[in-house]
Amino acid sequence: MENKGVMIFAEVTDGKLAPITRELLGAGRKLANDLGEELSVMIAGSGAVNTAAKAAAGVTDKVYAADSPMLQDYSNEAYVKMLEKVCKSAHPRIVLMGHTTIGRDLAPRAAFRLGTAAVTDCIALDIDDMNKQLLMTKPVYGGNALAVFTMETFPQIATIRVKSMTTQAVESTGKGEIINITAELDPAEIKTTVLKKVVMEDGGIKLEDAAVIVTGGRGIGGPEGFKQLEELAKLLNGAVGASRPACDNGWVKDTMQIGLTGKIVSPDVYIAVAVSGTTQHMAGCSGARNIIAINKDPEANIFTEARYGVVGDWKKVLPGFEAEAKKLMGK
Amino acid sequence: MNIIVCVKQVPDPEAPPARFKIDPNTYNVVSTSDFPPVLSPFDEQAVEAALRIKDAWGGKVTILSLGINMQREVVKKPLSMGADELILLEDPAFVDGDSWSTGYALAAAIKKIGKFDLIFCGRQAADSDSGQVGAAIAEILGLPQVSVARKIEAAGNKVRVERVTADGYETVEVSMPALITVSNELGEPRYATIKGIVAAKREEPMVWKPADIGVDAFKVGVAGRRVRMVKIYQPAHVSKCEMITGANEEDAGKNLAKKMAEVKLL
Repeated sequence: MENKGVMIFAEVTDGKLAPITRELLGAGRKLANDLGEELSVMIAGSGAVNTAAKAAAGVTDKVYAADSPMLQDYSNEAYVKMLEKVCKSAHPRIVLMGHTTIGRDLAPRAAFRLGTAAVTDCIALDIDDMNKQLLMTKPVYGGNALAVFTMETFPQIATIRVKSMTTQAVESTGKGEIINITAELDPAEIKTTVLKKVVMEDGGIKLEDAAVIVTGGRGIGGPEGFKQLEELAKLLNGAVGASRPACDNGWVKDTMQIGLTGKIVSPDVYIAVAVSGTTQHMAGCSGARNIIAINKDPEANIFTEARYGVVGDWKKVLPGFEAEAKKLMGK
Repeated sequence: MNIIVCVKQVPDPEAPPARFKIDPNTYNVVSTSDFPPVLSPFDEQAVEAALRIKDAWGGKVTILSLGINMQREVVKKPLSMGADELILLEDPAFVDGDSWSTGYALAAAIKKIGKFDLIFCGRQAADSDSGQVGAAIAEILGLPQVSVARKIEAAGNKVRVERVTADGYETVEVSMPALITVSNELGEPRYATIKGIVAAKREEPMVWKPADIGVDAFKVGVAGRRVRMVKIYQPAHVSKCEMITGANEEDAGKNLAKKMAEVKLL
């Protein structure tokens, strides 16, 4: 049976399609149009599946909905089995999912289960005119280079970096057929159990949503320095982020890490304080509209990516900046 | 506890980006003598995770690495940290594969090694940034997998893993044998000890070829790939940073705020 169509593996939060899923619906529709094929969605979960399925039905041609208590929490075994079952029934050409906590874990194992392969953390997708194969572009070497991959096996599976496919609008042209898939999962086959979930984030403005971010790097020197960044962020109505070294040193929570294996952010203003700007860090913040850099090393890589820069000791630059900003903002 | 840790030698990810060059003909990274290759950083965390369990429970930590031109001082580093033995899959047939064909070779080597309770991998290699070899090994060996661990603790015949999530972590319990990938949130890997360095110097790694692990050369490396690289390039980058100065650093800060207000960024 020929593999046809683009399928999105959806993530659902509080009964709604997650932002990354909406990005993929837009990107997926474009690919489906390029191929002249259909766009479908797979939703797995427990309870809220129906609501999400109805929402997805409005913008796709088919929805594969799997609702089971065994799918309540993500587990590799259960979700791989479900994706396998759906793919063997639907025969998609392409399967897309977000490069998220779930996607990173699900895509490779599901691909190998299906005798195919996956390419992870893609930032661009194209269809090869000649042979209809999916061309997947992803950063490699920490972001120092871009590589384009393809494969001859089906389905062609890709995980997509969040916020990288926001340009294509989601069309409300779907036929919306909802197909319910029974889970048929054997508890004895599930070898992992989620015991508890711990939220370490503070509750303030989420980095992923912030319009202004103040980030501290290795040069901040310790947790006290971050208090000054918090003050500045508060003044600017923004959030505080950190580079990996600052997190690894235990100065701030790991959830504040911005970068290739941390948060991907796209604020209007990104103020990088004492951040050298490694490619791994830039992977997290290159989506920022304006990067402002303060660093005492004039050779720091951050200056090649910034819009405005000041070479100097942040301990001296920042107070001058904050005082003037307060004045200009009338505070 | 018998733990196998897969490690990879990579070009130094901390080398300045300005020095990074891809040879347009070979598609390989142009190596420079002032930034020699290193162990992929997440793999060092995987070694650390294994050594912590060995500290608590005793047992053996076996290091497994696939590649060619592997510098002995790089791949022996885990030995000098406290690992017990080193096995190298060193042969041209093994290299330039994708995650599948690389995992295939490593899984075959693990089958030859025989007894194990846990397999650890770094969450992704610093060169490919793919993060899939662990899944390939786990699929071939029929093992449960848990990815991006920040903490791993043995508890009876199960393992408790704290997995990094977007807003914190979740604690997952998994039965052994299992495969776990490790992330930097686990903590700094330990330094090599003098005793460890001396022992590592004396130890010769076992070197295995395709025939030693019973695989056909066409199932591993470049021949066994499912994913093909069409091209690799360094995107052209033009720096357009406007440097803001002042009479002194505090003054420069003031001018920065003024500039940002001027262009409506404040």
